[in-house]
Amino acid sequence: MSNPLISVRGLTKVFGDFTAVNGIDFDVAKGESFGLLGPNGAGKSTTMRILAATSTRTSGSVEILEKDPELFGPLVRAHLGVVPQQDNLDNELTVSENLYIYGRYFGLSKKFIKGKIEELLEFAQLEEKRDVKVEALSGGMKRRLTIARGLVSEPDILLLDEPTTGLDPQARHILWDRLFRLKEQGVTLVLTTHFMDEAEQLCDRLVVMDKGSIMAEGSPSGLIKQYSTKEVLEVRFGSDRNKEVATQLEQMCDRMETLPDRLLMYTDDGEKLLEEIAAAKLHPTTSLVRRSSLEDVFLRLTGRTLIE
Amino acid sequence: MNTGINVPQIQRFGALYIASARLKSISKWRTIIAAVDIGNPLFYLIAVGIGIGVLVEQGSGTSETSGIKYIAFIAPALLANTAIMGIMDETVFPTIEGFKWRKLFFAQNSTPISGRQIALGVYLAALCRGIFSVSIYYTLLLAFNVVDFGVSILLVPVAILGGAAFGAIILFAAAKIEKDDQFFNILSRLVIMPMFLFSGTFFPLTSMPIYLQPIGWVSPLWHATELGREVAFDYGISNVMFLTHIIVLVSLVVVGIRLSMSQFEKRLAK
Repeated sequence: MSNPLISVRGLTKVFGDFTAVNGIDFDVAKGESFGLLGPNGAGKSTTMRILAATSTRTSGSVEILEKDPELFGPLVRAHLGVVPQQDNLDNELTVSENLYIYGRYFGLSKKFIKGKIEELLEFAQLEEKRDVKVEALSGGMKRRLTIARGLVSEPDILLLDEPTTGLDPQARHILWDRLFRLKEQGVTLVLTTHFMDEAEQLCDRLVVMDKGSIMAEGSPSGLIKQYSTKEVLEVRFGSDRNKEVATQLEQMCDRMETLPDRLLMYTDDGEKLLEEIAAAKLHPTTSLVRRSSLEDVFLRLTGRTLIE
Repeated sequence: MNTGINVPQIQRFGALYIASARLKSISKWRTIIAAVDIGNPLFYLIAVGIGIGVLVEQGSGTSETSGIKYIAFIAPALLANTAIMGIMDETVFPTIEGFKWRKLFFAQNSTPISGRQIALGVYLAALCRGIFSVSIYYTLLLAFNVVDFGVSILLVPVAILGGAAFGAIILFAAAKIEKDDQFFNILSRLVIMPMFLFSGTFFPLTSMPIYLQPIGWVSPLWHATELGREVAFDYGISNVMFLTHIIVLVSLVVVGIRLSMSQFEKRLAK
């Protein structure tokens, strides 16, 4: 990668006797949409706070726009837009006041911010809410405002920590659409998520993290190709019978995962496998053929599901 | 990048950006603040000036109060206490809110602004609130003829110095505590209340038993009150004590704000 915007080598962060991030390496190129995928507690947010030039690291090296964020915090932060996991808007101020105040923290001129506010309100679909106090907004609106706020300084890199956690499906889709637009405009996005569909939709490339380490790296489709089969057959025989039939079924597919409520059978042709199961006179109570997802990659890599 | 972000300029003026944002938030409460800042002095001036004051003056004359009216005797303390309460409101609440409830400080720290500038900005805005509250109180003292306009105007900066000293320390304390559940109870019942009663507010500190006097010595309120009485009414304290009061208050400001700034920086970088 020539001149990456972000370059991380051997990054480690220790809190007391707990290692939150354990020697990770990755690069992010200009214009790329890069994701950190992993369950809660994987070290994603800690990594993000270090990338945001607000938290210190225990060891390793980090360069953002060719500068060490620990030595040049304000200089690095001048080029970043940060969307934290928990909205930290000023509830007492209105939507447009929040944008204005935040722009002033970057020392931007009043004239510039005023113009920018119009653009951002449109982007966040909050034009009608401009003079409404933030505490009256819905969760999805607050999220969009937080993202708009992160864009007020026209950052080179936008860091998003769990951008859609806690939102209902409709609000998530609106947000994905907005983020996709930013991606099209060439904004470099770095985001963390524990939603595999989010990672598949938004990330050009991602790392799978677990317990502070990177388990795998690649594009969503590349990871699926590498660590899973084309299709997955999910079958349920009822919680007691699942175990009984497991040994027999295991012979019939490339790989199998036994979850508490269902069996996941990995194969390139799900329908054909289902016919074979029927021919063997094993009749599952329910069955579903689907394509492999990043969830399957994670299960393969860690033996655990993403959302526990 | 065509936004023209000037980082050296932010490093110079960042605290002022924070202070102006804080003042914007504070101004949303202007009606309540004005009601409290006018109501509180009125209650005291009526209750103490007309009620208790008459009783005190009938009982002992004005021998214990350097020959001035009782309400005038306690006026410097009331002013300093007003500065303390106002500045405390605007340091404790925003600090706990900033670190914990709303995490606003983390948003501010995501910009080129540093933790040290956030601490200073919060403090400066709180001082503005102190100046506002004390000015109203002083105006009412004039209106009620408690003090004559003139040298007594020095009571205003003295009171603010007292509030600033307390505020700098309390800013550090608020930034330091992680569990806030009992903080307000402890602060108001075990710090503010005894400080208000035992800082030579209503009677000279020396009229208390010696073992209670140390409360006054460590209290910014006592130092500001003694200083105020001296500048406004020639209370008759020695030059050494006069200087001591100033040195104690200024030291509290300097030490408190330095501790606060590094604590903000440390806590935000966790």
